[in-house]
Amino acid sequence: MIQELVIVSGKGGTGKTSIAASFAVLAAGHAVVADCDVDAADLHLILVPKIIESVDFKCGHEALIQREKCTGCGLCAELCRFDAVKRVFSTRCRVDPSACEGCGVCVRFCPAGAIAFPERLCGEWMVSETRCGPMIHACLGVAAENSGKLVSIVRHEARRIADEKGLSLIITDGPPGIGCPVIASISGASQVLAVTEPTLSGMHDLERVLKLAHFFVIPACVCVNKWDINPRMTERIEKMAVESGARIVGRVRYDHEVTMAHIHEKTVVETDAPSAEDIRKVWEKIRVNDDVMKRQNV
Amino acid sequence: MIIAVASGKGGTGKTTVAANLARVCGADIRLLDCDVEEPNAHVFFKGEPCGEPEIVTIFVPEVNAAVCDGCGECSRFCMYKALVVLNKRVLVFPEMCHRCGGCMRVCPKGAISEVPSRIGVVETLKTGLITLIQGRLDVGVAMAPPLVRAVKAHILKEGDVIMDAPPGTSCPVIATLRESDYVVLVTEPTPFGLNDLKLAVSMVRELRLPFGVVINRAGSGDDRVTAYCGEEWISVLAQIPDDRRVAEAYSCGELAVDVLPDYQPLFKSLWLKIRGLA
Repeated sequence: MIQELVIVSGKGGTGKTSIAASFAVLAAGHAVVADCDVDAADLHLILVPKIIESVDFKCGHEALIQREKCTGCGLCAELCRFDAVKRVFSTRCRVDPSACEGCGVCVRFCPAGAIAFPERLCGEWMVSETRCGPMIHACLGVAAENSGKLVSIVRHEARRIADEKGLSLIITDGPPGIGCPVIASISGASQVLAVTEPTLSGMHDLERVLKLAHFFVIPACVCVNKWDINPRMTERIEKMAVESGARIVGRVRYDHEVTMAHIHEKTVVETDAPSAEDIRKVWEKIRVNDDVMKRQNV
Repeated sequence: MIIAVASGKGGTGKTTVAANLARVCGADIRLLDCDVEEPNAHVFFKGEPCGEPEIVTIFVPEVNAAVCDGCGECSRFCMYKALVVLNKRVLVFPEMCHRCGGCMRVCPKGAISEVPSRIGVVETLKTGLITLIQGRLDVGVAMAPPLVRAVKAHILKEGDVIMDAPPGTSCPVIATLRESDYVVLVTEPTPFGLNDLKLAVSMVRELRLPFGVVINRAGSGDDRVTAYCGEEWISVLAQIPDDRRVAEAYSCGELAVDVLPDYQPLFKSLWLKIRGLA
């Protein structure tokens, strides 16, 4: 069975991508890497993928008022619940594409049949090859909707490639937050690793993301990054995490070298940065447990 | 004046900038935490909650089974697959619904009505000159933009507002930035910071909003962010040095301008600059 490890954080900027990239290198040859932070993807900056295939992500439609047919009655503006139709003078209307959610209400009810409904190009997704194996990533168009749907495509493709190549693990770099793209990233995954930082905000956000994992019945483990910035907060967070049913899989120290590694397009574990050792330990701890889980399944 | 603080990348210091600005501006101000998935600004302000939290609901369809004949028109119309017809019965998936109201309008039998469904709360906190208004999305709810709009309903016609946006460039961020007068993009001088700054810049340009950049943790990486801003004629409003003391203050929920007075001039001049530009 393919195992899927999703790295999330709740709060942004806690080090998800640094850790996901390091895991990709540590699992080299055994895993498919998926970048589900389609909104602000960064993993490609370190793994430098060679794109093999790229596919347009078309999703939904957008309303387009045809000027020559519009009578300016304004019914579309009245019906639109997203405030996307603006009146231009009193004689015609215009749709703001960044506000239009593509529901089709105006298209259906326009008495003049003046509204076209073309498919909308919302971004693209890519199948690539990296120094640590296949990678699926995506790029959501600026101000585009439906990041959750693009996330689902990325995960689906990752699974297909893992199947095809006989790889047993998918390492997924997840988005921040707890909303639609995060739900799309974790639902049905085998395990989430929540990476947090020893701050009050980090703790607050971790609590919410652990609740989300619990809501979807996914086993969660926790790692505090930059733990030495505030050791007391680290302890508080770990205590809270254990009480919420999560497993602690280690701490990673604060390390300037991480940024330097990224500037040189390297993962932390490919350098002799002091925190590389910590990340390796976290990885081993997660893997050991996976093996135990697998054996229990057998 | 409505100022939004945003960033492509998470954790660059949006909340730090928004909260410190609110503290130094020296007048009555509303601070809106629009990062409803993970609201954090409250961590820095110990104040009294004003009244009960306001419960925010969205309207989702409900099908009256006694009237519905299972024709399937609603399901054919719905672009979000929030209604599915199985054996002449309509199943509703409220989490997929964008509440466009279309199903209700197209149903030939008039069998569909809308019922409120809770997505989260908006809480108000008063501390000194600052009124903090934050949205908190219920765990398990996917749809953040309607809650962002509920937070933004607290913008007053008069007076200044600072909005702390969620990270990224997708719908909840767009919902926050819309109708703002000026956007402050916070970034850090790292490869991730630069990549995500570029995404954020194309977003604000698409929305045609005036903006400037604040570089946080200046000195921790390289100078590609500064070079990029130069090439693109983007004004760098301030550089906040990479200072472990700031990180430590942040970790305990303290504002830099409160515990490290040497940071007051930086945030004060940033505030004046923004006021002048917007």
